[in-house]
Amino acid sequence: MLRNLEILDTFPKILRDNSKIFAKKAAIREKEFGIWQTLSWKEFYYNAQLLSAGFKSNGIGRGDKVAIIGDNRPKLYLSIAAAQLIGAVPVPCYQDSVADEILYILDHAEVKLVIAENQEQVDKILEVIDRLPKVKLIMYDDQRGLENYKNSKLLPLNKILEGSSEKNISWIDEEIDKTLKDDLAIMLYTSGTTGRPKGVLLTYNNLISVTGKACEIENFTSDDEVVAYLPMAWVGDNTFCVCQSYISGFCVNCPESRDTLSIDLREIGPTYYFAPPRVWEAMLTQLMVRMQDADRVKLWIFNYFMNVSKKWGSLILDKKQVPIWSRLLYGLGNILVYGPLKNNLGLTRVRTAYTAGEAMGPDTFLFYRSLGINLKSLYGQTEASVFVTLQQDGDVDPETVGPAFPGVELKILDGEVLYKSSGVFKGYYKNEEATKETIDSDGWVSTGDAGVINSKGHLKIIDRAKDVGKLNSGAIFAPKYIENKLKFHGIIKEAVAFGDNKDFVTCFINIDLEAVGSWAERNNVAYSGYIDLAAQEAVYKLIEKSIAVVNRDLSKDIDLSSSQIKRFLILHKELDADDGELTRTNKVRRGAISERYGELIDALYNNAQTCHIKTQVVFEDGKKGDISANIKIKDMKTFSSEEKAA
Amino acid sequence: MNNVVKNIKSNLIMSINHVNLSFGGLKALVDVSLNIYEKQILAIIGPNGAGKSCMLNIISGIYTPQEGNVEWKGEKRGKIAPHDIAKMGIARTFQNIALFRGMSALDNILTGRNLLMKRGLLAEVFYAGWAKEQEIIHRKKVEEIIDFLEIQSVRKTPVSRLPYGIQKRVELGRALAAEPELLLLDEPMAGMNVEEKEDMCRFVLDVNEQFGTTIVLIEHDMGVVMDISDRVAVLDYGRKIADGLPKDVRADKKVIDAYLGVG
Repeated sequence: MLRNLEILDTFPKILRDNSKIFAKKAAIREKEFGIWQTLSWKEFYYNAQLLSAGFKSNGIGRGDKVAIIGDNRPKLYLSIAAAQLIGAVPVPCYQDSVADEILYILDHAEVKLVIAENQEQVDKILEVIDRLPKVKLIMYDDQRGLENYKNSKLLPLNKILEGSSEKNISWIDEEIDKTLKDDLAIMLYTSGTTGRPKGVLLTYNNLISVTGKACEIENFTSDDEVVAYLPMAWVGDNTFCVCQSYISGFCVNCPESRDTLSIDLREIGPTYYFAPPRVWEAMLTQLMVRMQDADRVKLWIFNYFMNVSKKWGSLILDKKQVPIWSRLLYGLGNILVYGPLKNNLGLTRVRTAYTAGEAMGPDTFLFYRSLGINLKSLYGQTEASVFVTLQQDGDVDPETVGPAFPGVELKILDGEVLYKSSGVFKGYYKNEEATKETIDSDGWVSTGDAGVINSKGHLKIIDRAKDVGKLNSGAIFAPKYIENKLKFHGIIKEAVAFGDNKDFVTCFINIDLEAVGSWAERNNVAYSGYIDLAAQEAVYKLIEKSIAVVNRDLSKDIDLSSSQIKRFLILHKELDADDGELTRTNKVRRGAISERYGELIDALYNNAQTCHIKTQVVFEDGKKGDISANIKIKDMKTFSSEEKAA
Repeated sequence: MNNVVKNIKSNLIMSINHVNLSFGGLKALVDVSLNIYEKQILAIIGPNGAGKSCMLNIISGIYTPQEGNVEWKGEKRGKIAPHDIAKMGIARTFQNIALFRGMSALDNILTGRNLLMKRGLLAEVFYAGWAKEQEIIHRKKVEEIIDFLEIQSVRKTPVSRLPYGIQKRVELGRALAAEPELLLLDEPMAGMNVEEKEDMCRFVLDVNEQFGTTIVLIEHDMGVVMDISDRVAVLDYGRKIADGLPKDVRADKKVIDAYLGVG
């Protein structure tokens, strides 16, 4: 549906319009007590108004910051809407953040009101409330466990809603008219791969121009369904579950809890689904692990039709010419395997699926496409209101992230990707310097990613520009490129490659407990837990095989053949965001890892066969402890170009 | 501090007076008296064979003592049928899991509402208006318990497929479904790993705090007992050797002797 986004140029205006044109249609759903509870657009708008009246009467007004912390819950989405209605700026935070991380953001953003989902979040905020003099109030959604809290700053959201229901709320109409397209819509903190998170300021115009365009391209209507399960603090969730839902009028479904996601996904059957590569990969790994337990006949049928889909599936999806016999075979496969499989994954109705954030293995990518799921890569940034490039229907190359998104200009400068678009953010909050570093005087934004544009105009991302280094031999070293190749193997969950200013390349490996665990079970390898499994000789052998494949692959690339992995080790613990080793979006923080595991890196380069290490870890409840282990280091065979010819 | 305040305010909900219980020549309980106060968590501890489970069976009315009596809310209780005890507002869980293994978690918890269901077979068969109404009321209550115990993801899974710790949680859920005033837990944390134990402790405390349920539990893990109980009673060879606040009991010489053995 095409709407006049020239007039409806802010979310409050769009929301008001939705309450009329989509009045009875579902805006948001939540599964509570086992039943899906729906709010129509009319109800959603009404509740948002009540909430904003409550905010106002508690002293929140234009320009004030409202932090939102919690899992995807309708009340939290209502809070975003309510803040925007009266010109306040929502600041969603990552719900897994520890108290200190929240402290930094609430303090830096000068937040006045915090909306917390439940006791867990309230506890974190109360822990640091003394250092946050600007926070006036904390409102919470789920009352459980909070009955006996005495803090005077605490207020339940339900009380706010009830309290406002008797008041006059017609004045909100005027407030809505006052919102302008260049007003701040939202402030999103980047996850901070390096240093402290930065607050990205996005205006209504940024978000509406870009995400509206995407709605047009994908033809979203008010009949579409999405499942909201990614962190609300992430720009993607805001785009898919707020911006695009408002613009197209489709329904956002909030799962009952994190554990029930797969069940809820099946019940809802979203038509539009977004997942980062790790979710797609985990889904595939789990599927393959479970298929191993099937009986032989079923396994044979599965394998047979998987080969059929591998050969023809993508071509059929891209509407290419396919022989009639293969089409029939694929159709049979659809009845026997692909259909039930998609149903099991909850992806039967998916019309558009996206992946972004990291590179995805071509095999995984093509697996889903061959099942008939229209999975596409996009390349985006918070600073660009997400879309920079997007793969187009019928022209999907798994090696690239597609051509520039309509309205976006792309260029490569010294190997780094730069872009310009109407979605470009206003700046970083209270960080003029960083803003200037990122946006140049002509409006080009540097992404910090190294990439190339191929002959078809498709962008290929290689690595973070600042991570690209050189080996002592002078050959280029792109760690992420190597790591991604490793991670395409289901048994490797995470990898960290080293080689900048060194003679050769080495790496740390994190095994995937589920995949390797299942392998161990099948091969009678006994183990007591992660540390034990990671240290097993047989597991080293298994990983060696995968690395050999990667090395052979790298040897074929002229530029990267000297990046073959010479030595590796398997880490005794999983890299964890709580220990500062990953960002909250699960990206490797190289600096922190080099610091923590300096001894191990030294050992990789001094011919040692084992290395003892003691690491401090932070448990989920914030307590600290030590784990230590003797880690084995293995040498790898590398391939020369002659061998490749043989 | 908390314990003391609670002690003063609490009313007596059940008192067991000078009870003797024996099986043939074996004296399981000898002249034991015990008071259970409203909204408190009382732990009964003791070495193996001390008579803890017998005590629980007397409270729940499965055993009738040969001597002595049991008063429930000030009234003497005679021999009584198990379903009448449930109607009084006493529910329990068992040392070994006693769930319907083939039924889902939801159905298992729903069985806990059995006594509260008022309906005719015919109405139920035809799903007539008020049977439907009843069904909705009970299902809602069960869903609240599922939410409370955070087992939404296994709602429809047959319990035999669930891990031990979750099965224990379902069992607790079934006991809660009867909306008891007095909840008896027979070794709720036995055989659990640390994480499962922590979860269970939190649920026991939450039940006590949110629903105001009085809880009597038998437990071997001293850390758990000292952490969550308001009062602790210690049995040894069928006799009560101590009864009081956890910190006092822990320091009691007789208790230390019973547990460590005296040379």
